[in-house]
Amino acid sequence: MQWVNAIIQGVLTGGLYALFACGLSLMFGVMKVVNLAHGDLAIIGGYIAVGVIAVTHIPVLWSFVIVVPLMALLGYILQRTVLQAALDRSILTTLLVTFGLSVVIENGLLEFINADSHSLGAGNSIITSSFSIGSQITIAYLLLLIFVVAVVVLLGLQYFLSASKYGRLIRAVADDKEAAQLSGVDYRHEFGIAAAIAFGTVALAGIAYGMYSQFAPTTGTDTILLFAFAAVVIGGLGSLWGTLLGGVVLGVAQQIGAQINISDEVLAGYIVFLAVLVIRPQGLTARRGQS
Amino acid sequence: MSTPEDDQTVEAEPAVAGATADAVRAGRPANGTPLLEVRGVTVHHGQLRALDHISLRVFAGEVYAIIGANGAGKSTLLRTIAGLHQPTEGSVLFDGKNMTRTRPERRATQGMVMVPEGRRLFPSLTVEENLKVGATHARKGQWTIERVYDMFAWMKERRTQLTAQLSGGEQQSVAIGRALVANPRMLLLDELSLGLAPVVVQRIYGMLPQILATGLTVLLVEQDVSQALRVASHIQCLLEGRTTLEGHPSDVTAEQVEAAYFGLGAAGAGGARGVPGPYRGAGSPSVRGGMPGGRPPGDTEPPGGAGSEPLCSGSTPSSRGC
Amino acid sequence: MSVVTETTARSEEKYRVTRSRRNVAWTGLGALAVVVVLALFPYIVYSGTTTIMVQAFIVLTLASMWNLLAGYAGLVSVGQQAFVGLGAYFVLILAIHGTSPFAALPVAAIVCGVAALPLWWLISRLRSGYFAIATWVLATTILLLIEKFPSIGGGTGMPLPGLSGFTPTLLDADTYWIGLAVTVVALAATYLLLRGRLGLVLTAIRDDEVAARSSGARVGLARMLVFVVAGIGCGAAGGVLAISQLQVQPNAVFSVQWTAEMAFAVIIGGLGTIEGPILGTIVYMVLQQTLASYNAWYLIILGLVAMFVALFARRGLWGLVDEHLHVRLFPVGYWLWVPDSDGRSRRSLRRGRHS
Repeated sequence: MQWVNAIIQGVLTGGLYALFACGLSLMFGVMKVVNLAHGDLAIIGGYIAVGVIAVTHIPVLWSFVIVVPLMALLGYILQRTVLQAALDRSILTTLLVTFGLSVVIENGLLEFINADSHSLGAGNSIITSSFSIGSQITIAYLLLLIFVVAVVVLLGLQYFLSASKYGRLIRAVADDKEAAQLSGVDYRHEFGIAAAIAFGTVALAGIAYGMYSQFAPTTGTDTILLFAFAAVVIGGLGSLWGTLLGGVVLGVAQQIGAQINISDEVLAGYIVFLAVLVIRPQGLTARRGQS
Repeated sequence: MSTPEDDQTVEAEPAVAGATADAVRAGRPANGTPLLEVRGVTVHHGQLRALDHISLRVFAGEVYAIIGANGAGKSTLLRTIAGLHQPTEGSVLFDGKNMTRTRPERRATQGMVMVPEGRRLFPSLTVEENLKVGATHARKGQWTIERVYDMFAWMKERRTQLTAQLSGGEQQSVAIGRALVANPRMLLLDELSLGLAPVVVQRIYGMLPQILATGLTVLLVEQDVSQALRVASHIQCLLEGRTTLEGHPSDVTAEQVEAAYFGLGAAGAGGARGVPGPYRGAGSPSVRGGMPGGRPPGDTEPPGGAGSEPLCSGSTPSSRGC
Repeated sequence: MSVVTETTARSEEKYRVTRSRRNVAWTGLGALAVVVVLALFPYIVYSGTTTIMVQAFIVLTLASMWNLLAGYAGLVSVGQQAFVGLGAYFVLILAIHGTSPFAALPVAAIVCGVAALPLWWLISRLRSGYFAIATWVLATTILLLIEKFPSIGGGTGMPLPGLSGFTPTLLDADTYWIGLAVTVVALAATYLLLRGRLGLVLTAIRDDEVAARSSGARVGLARMLVFVVAGIGCGAAGGVLAISQLQVQPNAVFSVQWTAEMAFAVIIGGLGTIEGPILGTIVYMVLQQTLASYNAWYLIILGLVAMFVALFARRGLWGLVDEHLHVRLFPVGYWLWVPDSDGRSRRSLRRGRHS
């Protein structure tokens, strides 16, 4: 029965990973930018939350109200300035610039804060506890909440993209930005909005992670970026629900690995990732030939 | 592939186009302000010179056609006018304002909208969504999405379909509709006939009078010369980036067009229009019907007139209005 | 050293195509002189200097490999630390079984090249951005796998055997020389590779991949070859690292910091030129030594400078030098000589972008 518990934990963790991943997937889908600093931005969100809480003493659960819009704004500005400039040069340049950004952020955090781990903690509410089903299954309320939030965010994103005016414009510029220009659409603005959404969701993910676990300056890449990427590849590029599936598969793989050998949790996830890369490189949800 | 309902106008009758064109021609002012003016535009693709000091003027209400063979520079010219290419020299003026450094989306909101070559609809959007994108920054005017549905009777029923599922002609209609809902003052049409069956092409060009009736001006690029001659009130022929012919369709002979299109014919002959214009641009002597580009290697004599019909020469006025 | 072809066009004018503007023999001699001087270092400088030089050799080797990948093959890899680690561990494994680490190094490097093949097969289908992260995932996976083997040190690492018979001076000198040898071989190999067909193919791909493919260039093969060569080079650097550190620790040899160092050195020095990594390594070492006590600072500054250079000075420091002096220490491009109107003196025309 421990296996069942492990699988359930894995599924719920998958929600968190999907939250990590949807911003990465969105930026690639719309602008063809792979933001190597993606995970580090989540950590920045976490650190900002730590600071905000220290100053305003708001409950942890509400820190996202300030941090997420702030990060979204930061995303818009960064996209319109640095990232757009890099995009105008070439895809290679965006990789170089975002990699540089990642190193600068991580070392900046190391320098100005310290190398210790921080945790946001979960506050004093019911969130900190867990409930049980039967004798073998224990579910932490916090993890369940994170999963629900992830699903809600993905639903919201899906709705936004398919039904709203800006969602439509974003899909249009993702398809053909030149044709969009001819219709009077400034694609740089739409790219900015997509980046804002990506930064906002990854900040939310960072806060969630900080509540559930601990983060340090290097967590951005060690954990968040690589897990997000693995989730996207496993699930299949170009589909938000694929990202959720990928996150779940990754989470389950990790938990099963942990059952086998406690220190193999992360490795197990990557092995499954590599297996998917070999067997079905387009991901689990994509149609054959689509990539 | 036949559409559920046949469209009303099947073919643009030459008489209709001619009548409109004549009226327009009569009203083509020698000194008025053109809606669009291109002055001495040179465009490079890397080291390749695609356009060499091209000039033109389009007046309100005209149907101005640019013809020429593949690679002549027609699409490059239209794309430069739309803002997708930056000229190395020269300027583009729209309604008197210099637009040379203006971004394409700004030009569109100012009233110059292009229907790009190959349609370029948004594949992951439905028909209606494509139109809605076109209407995002629309100016005030007569064209709405509903009016586009009226013009293309089949469209409303299939508005929730993805555009990839449409036929070529239907896609072209959606592309035109997407441009129209922005209520432009000038429509740039890039190679409408590309990849479409002749019947479909005629049907689409048959829409032109309806479009013109709402006060639009049309600048189009077309490989199909006869189609262009049928609808145009003014034509300009390009070859290897230079203008080889320019004038009213009824003022040019088929031979002249052929010569200009392929770059054949006697050197030193006059162009269809003897009216020199400052906008013609210095340095384009080929407007007078001479051979653009260099002579073939080894050729030391200008090609003689043997076998080719003499073109208008500047010194011999003829009934063709040279 | 110059290739001369004559073509006739138009009238009587003659065109010449050469590999370099001036006689390159001088540059070759100069390079040889530099290498000889460097080889004499252990006899003339303190061991502190040679230790720093070994560090520089490692970074320079890594940088020239990363430049091959990103600047010529268009492959941005942020996982080259995988090969650094593998090189170190292969040396360790061979040393555990009795081989001298110095002799083990070339073998370890070759094995790294072989190991590069399945890794390439795994990730080569991914598009450039995702390819980059995948290299990182691979590096992390290899690290996690290696940590599971206590016989090679597990998670904490172990000292490198086979070095106890050396006196400290001799060990320093030998370490220095093998570092120098690896660097010279790496630079020479890069130069020769790029001068040949592979270089032409890579430049063609860089300029226009579709056109290159339709001209018959085997794009996938060329990229794979570059990936393998980079694997060998980084593996060799990893071997030098192991020898210079006298131990092999997984987190040290597999650290992503190696990628940061090699990438920044290349970007700042000049991506897509052979001279660039040399210049970039110098900049890197100067910064690192100056800011040695401020640990994270030199990486922050390097990172910011690299971002700036990537955006505004694409061809890096060497690009700036090149633009103004038109000099090439390692000529791999072509010069086209166009005769003046008098037909006698020749003016040179810059032909073909080099980066």
